[in-house]
Amino acid sequence: MSREAVFHTRGVTKVYDQGEVQVHALRGIDLDLYGGELVVMLGASGSGKSTLLNILGGLDVPTAGEVRYRDHELSGASDAELTRYRREHVGFVFQFYNLIPSLTARENVAAVTEIASDPMTPEEALGLVGLKSRMDHFPAQLSGGEQQRVAIARAIAKRPQVLLCDEPTGALDSATGVLVLEALDKANRETGTTTVIITHNASIAGMGDRVITMSDGRISGESRNAERQDPKTLTW
Amino acid sequence: MALTTPALNTKIRRELWQMRGQVLAIALVIAGGVAVCVLSLVNYSSLVSTRAVYYDDYQFAEVFASLKRAPLHVTQQIAAIPGISRFSARVEGGAKLEMAGFEDPVSARLVSLPEQGQPEVNQLFLRRGRLPLAGRSHEVVVIQGFAEAHQLEPGDRFTGIINGRRQHLTITGIAEAPEFIYVLAPGSLLPDYPRYGVLWMGREALAAAMDMKGAFNSLVARVEPGVPVASVLDSLDRVLDRYGGTGAYGREDHFSHRMLDDELAQLQTMATVFPVIFMTVAMFLLNVVINRLISTQRDIIAILKAFGYSNVQIGWHYSQLVLTISVIGLVLGVALGVWAGRAMGEIYMDYYRFPSLLFRLDPAWLLLLAVVTLLVAWLGGWQAIRRAAALPPAEGMRPEGPARFRVTAAERFFAPRGFSQPSRMVVRQLFRRPGRTLLSVSGIAMASAIVLVGNFQFDAVSLMVHSQFARVQQQDVTATLIDPVNSPAVYDLQRQPGIRYAEGRRVVTARLVNGHREWRGAITGMPEQASLQFVIDKELEPVSLPEAGLLLTDFLARRLDVTTGQTLEIEILEGDRRRVELPVAGITSEFLGVGAYMRLASLNRALGEGALVNQVLLNIDPQRAQQTYHELRETPRILGISIRQAMLDSFYETLAKTFLTFTLFISMLGGIIAFGVVYNTVRISLAEKGRELASLRVLGYTHNEVNHILLAEVAVMLVLGIPLGWLAGYGLSWAIITAMQTELYRVPLTITTQTLAISSAVVVVSAIASGVIAWWRLRNLDLIAVLKTRE
Repeated sequence: MSREAVFHTRGVTKVYDQGEVQVHALRGIDLDLYGGELVVMLGASGSGKSTLLNILGGLDVPTAGEVRYRDHELSGASDAELTRYRREHVGFVFQFYNLIPSLTARENVAAVTEIASDPMTPEEALGLVGLKSRMDHFPAQLSGGEQQRVAIARAIAKRPQVLLCDEPTGALDSATGVLVLEALDKANRETGTTTVIITHNASIAGMGDRVITMSDGRISGESRNAERQDPKTLTW
Repeated sequence: MALTTPALNTKIRRELWQMRGQVLAIALVIAGGVAVCVLSLVNYSSLVSTRAVYYDDYQFAEVFASLKRAPLHVTQQIAAIPGISRFSARVEGGAKLEMAGFEDPVSARLVSLPEQGQPEVNQLFLRRGRLPLAGRSHEVVVIQGFAEAHQLEPGDRFTGIINGRRQHLTITGIAEAPEFIYVLAPGSLLPDYPRYGVLWMGREALAAAMDMKGAFNSLVARVEPGVPVASVLDSLDRVLDRYGGTGAYGREDHFSHRMLDDELAQLQTMATVFPVIFMTVAMFLLNVVINRLISTQRDIIAILKAFGYSNVQIGWHYSQLVLTISVIGLVLGVALGVWAGRAMGEIYMDYYRFPSLLFRLDPAWLLLLAVVTLLVAWLGGWQAIRRAAALPPAEGMRPEGPARFRVTAAERFFAPRGFSQPSRMVVRQLFRRPGRTLLSVSGIAMASAIVLVGNFQFDAVSLMVHSQFARVQQQDVTATLIDPVNSPAVYDLQRQPGIRYAEGRRVVTARLVNGHREWRGAITGMPEQASLQFVIDKELEPVSLPEAGLLLTDFLARRLDVTTGQTLEIEILEGDRRRVELPVAGITSEFLGVGAYMRLASLNRALGEGALVNQVLLNIDPQRAQQTYHELRETPRILGISIRQAMLDSFYETLAKTFLTFTLFISMLGGIIAFGVVYNTVRISLAEKGRELASLRVLGYTHNEVNHILLAEVAVMLVLGIPLGWLAGYGLSWAIITAMQTELYRVPLTITTQTLAISSAVVVVSAIASGVIAWWRLRNLDLIAVLKTRE
């Protein structure tokens, strides 16, 4: 596993102005994420983990501090630069799948591969998440777990350097959730994509190389698993 | 249980404010429809009641008769005719006038007044001054339109040539009369006040001038209610026949009345056709938009129900939302319509010579309009409200699940596997709810159709003018003679300096009868090789005059229900009043006026007379025009002359002005509706797809790539909708012009590429404006917020 830092953040803060109140979502985050590792980020809701993920993914910009992705400076980037960054380097998986309902599983993946420079084929990506047989189904014809696996296939198909997952099992039952985590685990192992999974579910922590705990906008703990637990053995 | 709560009221207020763009767009669509209704209703009811009151107050006659000359004692016989309630025996005549500082020839119709006070029938509405006094033979009252055209005031003087004798006249008053709402010179189609007016003189003075002492040559009478006019006409004819009567006629043949009737009928058509079209479109759009609006509140409805609000409360809550929007539209529309109606009324007043325009808008109509508007709006929303309220709260709060899509036949057909994913999204979105797509497409089609209907009439009027003044009437001047002359006399005229060419015609008053259908007008005899005025066919090509028989304007042929080859009974209303039978030899199609035409020689033969003419068409040397006009005025045989350029000006001043003003209002409202439709289509599309588009943005699609998806859908609808709109517009235009045909004019159905372009441009510009708004909203879309929330 390479030890090159993919993400490098120093003193990242994020303050939301909500009318008269200022909400401090992040209060100084120093973090390095390395190539190929799978990081589970744990925290209660409101701990700032989603805000951090959005900043890493180029969906949001920090109020202060430095965020670097390899040699790209993200903290002061323009909207167009962030769009290109997302297009070229980042895969997203969300709690609510966000598939395009008018496109089939294959076409949902193709929507990304068509604008990527070195993608896998949609078939290959869907094969990785075990959905080869359901490729021509529309989202409305797929279960929640299947939809989320399509979302994972869509995220990894462009061979992104980073895969950012925000509560990927949040809307799923435990058995289905395990299938989704297996897909993420497999994708991480087979493509070497740096993967961040944020969750409030501590049971998932075992599958990561590293576990980072957040609370109140700060990193409150960090631990390294000697060995990654097979998602199959996870229960909650 | 209260129907509503303060909290719900606050919710409505805030939501209306948040959605103000859409609220305004929907309200504008309603306002457009309502305004057209109100405008048409105001115009129509105001004119109808103004005319009715005017006719009654000023004793407008119900029967009219002209005769050569009858001694005054004949009035005793007339008074004895059962059914005649009051009448006036008058002297009428013509005069040529010399107006200071005005070189064009001016003529006037002269009508006698009793020596004392107002006549029994056809009284005058005096705007200023007084009636002529008994024994003052130089005093006259002039009609207002003429006074305005020459800036005349009581006390002003001018010279008139009456029956060949020059006379100095002094104006004592300026007046209007119910029989001269529409004043036309003989042989003219349109009012031309600078050159033709009406003068009233004391009976004795006029009789002296016209050699009619102790006699009369015009009779007007009112008929007792309940007595059939036809029987009075018969009795009158029996009395007047031997005094050279040309046949008594009723109001339906009275020129001013007939023209006004036609105009009102036309207005009534517009007042029915346009509002129906507009309201249908507006209501249809309202339905679509409101339905959609309420569907987006599905989860809110569920939450309200979870809190314990009843279905009735929720139903009323959303009804309030719908009704508020409709009331905004209704109020805007009524205000706009009343304003436009008043503005139009002022233009009508220049045109129709009423004492004053009564402003009428029946509250019952307004109430009906309001009820229909609110009801349709509410019904549009009701379906969606009911669906939302029927949902169990827990279900309503759960995400709706992805919408169902399928691979469309169109994709397989056009490009198997060849579509980019964004294009697929566009195509499938269009086909997912074909009904809704169809509604949006037809909304766009109706919008462009409305603009087209409003605009095509400009083309039509241009074509009318072109065909009438460039193809039909090529003479510069038309001179009407007092009595027929032998046609060689025309050459005398042609020899005069300043006159380049002269062509004689014969015009005789006649009644054309086919069974129970009849038309009172004139037959025009034209030289075989006419080179100044022609009759034209549908292709605007001159029609050659047949050896024998009549050519009829298509409108007249339809009215008389005759076709080529059939025979008409002709009652000549001049001379020996003979009756002849003539075949219909062909049909012509002028846009202005109607007529019956035949060869001059054939007409004279049918009349049993020699080569006579009573109208001369002239081409003159423009350099010497004023001098020529002057000479024509001095020619005793000439009753009056009309100038082509003056007719053209008059056409634009009067007919074109009222017609085109109405049309302009209509196309403006069409534009408003078009914008409302397109804006709502784009906004709904944006609301439905915001989440998908945000997902694509997160996946790395650029702002413009995402916009492409949103706007391509609208573009496809425009591409489908606009040509459909042209078709629909063509059909509607056809329906309108068919319904609006009058004796005065028939609007041709001509739609130029320019009109098609304008109708598309209005829609496309609306789309671009809406697109820019959508583009801007999409740019400011909060990606994270969209993705974090469930659908």
